[in-house]
Amino acid sequence: MALSVALIPLLPLTGFVILLLFGKQLGEPWAGWLATAMVAASFLVACGVFIGLLDQHENVFVHDYFEWIPAGSFRVDVGALVDPMSISMVLFITGIGSLIHLYAIGYMHGDPKFPKFFLYLNLFVFSMLILVLGNNLLLTFLGWEGVGTCSYFLISFWFDDPANASAGKKAFITNRVGDWGFMVAMFVAFFTFGTLNYEAILADPSGVSQTAVTVIVLMLFVGAVGKSAQIPLYIWLPDAMAGPTPVSALIHAATMVTAGVYLMCRINPLIGAADSWVPWVIAWVGAITALVAASIACSQMDIKKVLAFSTVSQLGYMFLAVGVGAYWVAIFHMVTHAFFKALLFLDSGSVIHGMHDEQDMRRMGALKRFMPITAITMMVGWLAIAGIPPLSGFWSKDEILGKAFEAGGQGYALYAIGTVAALMTAYYMTRLIFRTFYGGENWRVTPVPEHGQTMAAAFAAMEPEARDAARDAVPDLDLAFTPEPAHGHIDAEYEPHESVWQMTVPLIVLSVLAITGGFLSLPFEGLNFFEKWLEPVFERSGVHEGEHSMALVVILLVVGAAVAVAGVLFGYSVWGKKNPSTQRALEPAAAGNGWYYDIVITRFMGGPGELLFNALAWFDRTIIDGAVNGVGVGLVAASQVMRRGQTGYVRRYALGIGFGTLVLLGFVLSKVLVS
Amino acid sequence: MSPNGYLMLSALLFAMGGFGLLKRRNPLVMLMCVELMLNAVNLTFVTFSRMLNDITGQVIVFFVLTVAAAEVVVGLAIIVAIARRRSGATADDISLLRG
Repeated sequence: MALSVALIPLLPLTGFVILLLFGKQLGEPWAGWLATAMVAASFLVACGVFIGLLDQHENVFVHDYFEWIPAGSFRVDVGALVDPMSISMVLFITGIGSLIHLYAIGYMHGDPKFPKFFLYLNLFVFSMLILVLGNNLLLTFLGWEGVGTCSYFLISFWFDDPANASAGKKAFITNRVGDWGFMVAMFVAFFTFGTLNYEAILADPSGVSQTAVTVIVLMLFVGAVGKSAQIPLYIWLPDAMAGPTPVSALIHAATMVTAGVYLMCRINPLIGAADSWVPWVIAWVGAITALVAASIACSQMDIKKVLAFSTVSQLGYMFLAVGVGAYWVAIFHMVTHAFFKALLFLDSGSVIHGMHDEQDMRRMGALKRFMPITAITMMVGWLAIAGIPPLSGFWSKDEILGKAFEAGGQGYALYAIGTVAALMTAYYMTRLIFRTFYGGENWRVTPVPEHGQTMAAAFAAMEPEARDAARDAVPDLDLAFTPEPAHGHIDAEYEPHESVWQMTVPLIVLSVLAITGGFLSLPFEGLNFFEKWLEPVFERSGVHEGEHSMALVVILLVVGAAVAVAGVLFGYSVWGKKNPSTQRALEPAAAGNGWYYDIVITRFMGGPGELLFNALAWFDRTIIDGAVNGVGVGLVAASQVMRRGQTGYVRRYALGIGFGTLVLLGFVLSKVLVS
Repeated sequence: MSPNGYLMLSALLFAMGGFGLLKRRNPLVMLMCVELMLNAVNLTFVTFSRMLNDITGQVIVFFVLTVAAAEVVVGLAIIVAIARRRSGATADDISLLRG
């Protein structure tokens, strides 16, 4: 058991090392197959561990491999904690991870840095597995930083374009704010508990001061907010779209952003022991993020940006679940979200691939005819995320909203916000589907933006007649939201194509999972397998299941389904039929620009922020460096005086020795004489 | 037997040695001055040994003689090495360690 648990992260690490040493020699496509095989093997081993875990006492397996940092009373071991929650995470990380690897073999075909891409992917999966399997905060932090670094490498993978490079930097720097919170939390945790081991920290938090526990939880929440892209640190995730699409799928579905939710669920006994307002803060941040991100997604033009804001919004639901104490639902939604969001991202990648790197939905349309497999699987993802029963998103999202409703008090407000966000979700996904797969073949009439030119500028530069034709087909060509430089360059004669089998097979597998994923746990007694499976992990959280009547559950489910259907129908009425004025009215510039949040941050950091940092830099250069260098300069000056005594004449030294002897003698004699 | 005479002689010899060591610049003479100081101390040891009727003092004299012999060997070797490089050098010429 100990060996096979160690193999789970070691297999991707082996792939990483082999690709590091022999990646160039392996080349395309063998580097990709190797990386895929390693993650797939890791998945198989994880399946074995899962079966083995059923025989373990309380389904928990803990093993310390070796001593990592022995430093006095501070001692950290490298050890694994395998419990129902972490094995669930491992299964979907490696399972979806291997599908994404397979997909990437097709997607990255012909890229000059093909082996390097898979090297990063394997390291990414390894870091995420360390994060999930580690049995102490520091090991989790190691994986936490690992996924941050890999995301930096992968987002700016095509760093020839400065926009991609700066998107990578943005992700890295924003994440550091969260990492600061994580580190402070670790310091306080060590100060309070004397250890960083989960078992020791989570065993009985009632014995320590509530203030310390509150600080730990809040600081870890800051870390989770950074990693899982919640308000106010969500700005990096939409920009992370600059990376190749398999990376977007990996970051959004299987790894990285789920880390924050995992961490919050892992420390559930601490959240239970913290001040009573702390869970509500988490729930409100989640609910507001869900709503704001969904509203931004409604008027994005870039197909991947819609999905990016959608991820931010769905992560908000997970934090809402954590806040109302429904930890297992957060994990449940994480799993179903991993299924359908990976599916949607890979589908969008397939569309972008088939459209020769075009990402602007205004230049798409009628693609169902050209890429039927992509279209059908993406529609599965659409219905799943919209919450149409009986697909997976319906069960998990409505479970979250139901738990918020049952929490009572502020829970009713959270439920209302979540329901509005669900309505928006159904709407913007319908918009995406109809703009992409239905309607006219818009790339034949819309202008081709030059490199770095916005669609609006290209539209303004058109001939008047062509412009009228383009406006008739696509009413919102003149909209230009903050930096949205054009990617694609296909012209009117282009014929889109369906993707290769390495890309379509993962799509089909994921669409089956997106349909059936919800049956892991249905909200009826006896069918809630996933809830029963995860229950032991959260029994110390201090949250007690209230008595919920069957009638209430059914009413909430019906309401949830009605909201989803309403959103889809509304989306269809606007985007399925020609309705230019409504279409324009539903894409306000404010929402398209992300409520100007990004712009305000940029302005602030470029203005007063830069002044502040310049002042800090000055302080560092003059005061701190001055003190450090001052010690050195002072020592040099002092020794300039001292060296005069060093004449090099033997007789001077002899005189010195003589005098010294006399002084010592005088001292001893005076002592003797006095006594 | 009064030890005063011996002790005064010893003190005189020690002072002469010390003064010569500080004053003279010929390394050979300086080495001889060191010997003079060591032997002045030896004289003191022997005097007190006789006076207190304790053989230990005379035992120590042999140690001092041994150390003195060893010291002369090292010292002379250094002086010879210096003399080979530059003849007629005084102790003040060898001041490479000046700060």
